[in-house]
Amino acid sequence: MATEQEVRHIAGLADVGINTEELARFTHQFNAILDYFDILDRVSGDTAVTRDRYNVMREDEIEPSLPQEEVLRNAAATEDGFIKAPRVME
Amino acid sequence: MAEGQVIVGLEVHCQLDTKSKLFCGCSTDYRNDAPNTHVCPVCLGLPGAMPVLNKRSIEYAMRVAKALNCSVLPESEFSRKNYFYPDLDKAYQITQYDKPLAEGGYLEIESDEGGEKRIRITRIHVEEDPGRLVHRGTTESGKYSLVDYNRAGIPLIEIVSEPDMRSPKEARKFLNKLRATLEYLSVFDSEKEGSLRVDANISIKGSERVEVKNISSYKGVEKALLFEITRQKSLLRRGQKVDRETRHYLEARGVTQSSRSKEQEHDYRYFPEPDLRPLHVQSWVEGIVLPELPDARRERFIAQYGCSLNHARTLTGELRLANFFEKVVAADPTGLSTLADTWIADTLIGELNYRAMSIDAVDATGFTELLTLLKQCIITDNSGIEVLRVMLDQRRDNQSCETPSAIVDRLNLRKVSFDTAQSGIEGNPDIDPLRTSIAEVLMEHPAAVEDFRKGRKGAFNFLIGQLMKKTRGCADPAELNRLLQEELNKKEA
Amino acid sequence: MSGHEITFEPDDRYNAFLTTCSKAPHGHGKLAGVAVAVKDNISTKGIETTCASKILKGYIPPYDAHVVELLRNSGAAIVGKTNMDEFGMGTTTENSAFGPTLNPCDTGRVPGGSSGGSAAAIAAGMVRMALGTDTGGSIRCPAAFCGIVGLKPTYGRVSRYGLIAYANSLEQIGPMGRTVTDVSTLLGVIAGHDRRDSTSHNKPYTHTPKAGIKGLKIGIPQEYFGAGVDMAVAAVVNTAIGRLEELGATTVPCSIPSMEYALAAYYVTCTCEASSNLARFDGVRYGPAADTKKSWHDAFRDVRRAGFGTEVRRRIMLGTYALSSGYYGKYYAKAQIARENVKRDFARIFADVDVIAGPTMPTVAFRLGEKSDPLSMYLSDILTVPVNLAGIPAISVPCGKAHGMPVGLQIMGRPGEDERVIDVAYTYEQAVT
Repeated sequence: MATEQEVRHIAGLADVGINTEELARFTHQFNAILDYFDILDRVSGDTAVTRDRYNVMREDEIEPSLPQEEVLRNAAATEDGFIKAPRVME
Repeated sequence: MAEGQVIVGLEVHCQLDTKSKLFCGCSTDYRNDAPNTHVCPVCLGLPGAMPVLNKRSIEYAMRVAKALNCSVLPESEFSRKNYFYPDLDKAYQITQYDKPLAEGGYLEIESDEGGEKRIRITRIHVEEDPGRLVHRGTTESGKYSLVDYNRAGIPLIEIVSEPDMRSPKEARKFLNKLRATLEYLSVFDSEKEGSLRVDANISIKGSERVEVKNISSYKGVEKALLFEITRQKSLLRRGQKVDRETRHYLEARGVTQSSRSKEQEHDYRYFPEPDLRPLHVQSWVEGIVLPELPDARRERFIAQYGCSLNHARTLTGELRLANFFEKVVAADPTGLSTLADTWIADTLIGELNYRAMSIDAVDATGFTELLTLLKQCIITDNSGIEVLRVMLDQRRDNQSCETPSAIVDRLNLRKVSFDTAQSGIEGNPDIDPLRTSIAEVLMEHPAAVEDFRKGRKGAFNFLIGQLMKKTRGCADPAELNRLLQEELNKKEA
Repeated sequence: MSGHEITFEPDDRYNAFLTTCSKAPHGHGKLAGVAVAVKDNISTKGIETTCASKILKGYIPPYDAHVVELLRNSGAAIVGKTNMDEFGMGTTTENSAFGPTLNPCDTGRVPGGSSGGSAAAIAAGMVRMALGTDTGGSIRCPAAFCGIVGLKPTYGRVSRYGLIAYANSLEQIGPMGRTVTDVSTLLGVIAGHDRRDSTSHNKPYTHTPKAGIKGLKIGIPQEYFGAGVDMAVAAVVNTAIGRLEELGATTVPCSIPSMEYALAAYYVTCTCEASSNLARFDGVRYGPAADTKKSWHDAFRDVRRAGFGTEVRRRIMLGTYALSSGYYGKYYAKAQIARENVKRDFARIFADVDVIAGPTMPTVAFRLGEKSDPLSMYLSDILTVPVNLAGIPAISVPCGKAHGMPVGLQIMGRPGEDERVIDVAYTYEQAVT
């Protein structure tokens, strides 16, 4: 069972954020679903999954790239052809 | 293993030299182009785009696996490594996790104690490179990052070694041998900036292991390791513990620093990449024909060209250098090999390093001509070096490049020597410039002549030295010796 | 391009469309001038594509999905992008960030989901054909709830290149239409190999529906008529199956024991894959802007908290949890074994029968707002998810009414036998029309 603490931690790991107001209800619903997932503990069988298709590859050929404007078009902020991102702590 | 023994393992990432990226058709030749111009929906990670595997990248990786004596797995697959970072546009890297391409091999290097030593390879796998970050802004709050996704999706091969190295020197040798092997296999171009990156794991026996990331040059590896070992040893000497951690190597300062970056808990939540099918490529191994690899080429150079072990090691340690050697001696292997051996491995490399020039800058035909002049005793060794320097300088400074013969004539470096057959007159000082020079020197240094008479050996060498100066190195030392001896004996008589 | 266009200005009182193209260009070909609606999780070059989410508001793809290229090449007029549950996560289209779609059969009820917009557009007569996507029933459910036809093709028969991924190993783009013939025609346009999709099969669809099921053996799984299924719905479906028997088929009772855990296996798999697929939405390359003055971790979290609805955040977190350190074996690995068991159950049954039949959904369309508890919402997918886990084809065709609302008959077939599944549905449709 996940505690509110753990649920907050998972929200952090997934970078989705969870508001304090919703945390309690969210945790309750979350645990109900996890409870339901427990039925998988009963599953037995081998992991030999049928692998009918493999080695799907393409030849090493160059294809046209997108023009720079297309790459940048949907970005909120750009500079000198780069896409602007929040700062990274080094 | 002794207590306090240094233990080093390396994880090496090399960019594979394919024409297109690992999972899309964007060209990999991005280095001279504007940012975000080698990008498509796939490598930009646009919603809905899907990866398709580049066959050549697997072929290349398998060549490496075979050359390093690894076993290719019967089934291997790609996995997602999930984490957030601005240069990772899908927020996951497609890599290989529990089913890599190959496992268990080795690479032989020269050990510190002399002799060969095997560094075991744990595994080899293929993965994509993320994009590239550039940092801007000066104030703490004004900082931001700029991203260029040209590099995103470039195919990487990751080669992980067991912690079998015992010193920074062994690590450097491993890296050099690995780099040379990859070049011989034609799967890697070490001249490309940033094409090789290394993470190192270092510990002192009995203490915790430290990971050092972000090493991107060969020299950097040795320096980073030296720094880190010193740091760890001094902590232990002071009775402190070495913390198990990840550190970054800062090239400019030559130090390692604890990672302050908010690298999330390393929970990458790996799972198999559902958009790619597994690989069954073990059967391809048999058909892979390996080219001659560094060790074999080294042995051949010893057998075929009579190179010494050390010279052969040096010459075959870099593909371009080995090719250069063979090109130079091709016209006359028996005649030129011995000369080429020393002149390339000792002299040329030194002159190139001094000028920060690469072997690619040297014209093989010109070099062959130079060696031929030396072989025919037309110029002395010292003159040869002078000519070589002129050749390299002209090349470096983008001037028109003269042939060695032209340089010799221009600088009047032809060897001065006595040739009775030519002159037809024996011992005539008026026609024999060499004897004239000798006569001059004897006249200029009577004290030395006197010393010689008294039996002082050093006097003879002094006179030779003066003669060399006077003849500007054009004279053949052996002949000078003979003639000086003659003249001195004549005077005595 | 032929330079032709059609005018499309429907009265969209059901909120079926998120974007409409009032002047829709079209070319020549099999579908020349035919209006086709496209679900808003399928990339359309130059046309806003949002997955009904705020986090993609304003996103204009620079490329067409493979199926969209095929549609354009067939001369179809793409008249708009339809509403859906955000990122495909839902069974009612109530999870759209831009308001729910209403069921044209009863505007107080849901149209089903997640392809509710496409289904409503067809049911309301705005278009004859539309593309939907089906991850756990998202084509078949709205088809059943709105009284239209919808097919989930065999996994791999239709390219996913350009489909904004929710659960890669489960989903397929599929045709929805007024009639089985519409669905078959549309399938013919979109099916076939695409070298840009590594999971794509080389199996084009060139079939014309044929009536005639004499000698056909139909498996009837007991789990499809069990406790969780509304009695009136079960009765209607049984009547429909009776009709099939009259037309020459024989029924064979069977059982799918793995259905006990199929739903859990489905939700573990799709949430795990979704948690990874949706991680790329950070406001940097597309979507509402990330605050570049914040540190990247904080900036990403803020964009995602504001941009994703509650159900999306819930599923991302479930998936993150299930994949997190220590839990992989308990959840994801087990789910894949469960899947394998589902496949084997179907294979075993298909050794004795040609198709399997049952209700598409356990109930008729719910009232808007009726299902507020997530788990109870998930449970309504019980009859549709086994098909996605096994990758087999399945169609929903209208077969009557219960409680005044449409009921869907679901026909499932062997992998690759989409043609046969369509024929059975066609035979039924022809017999009752």
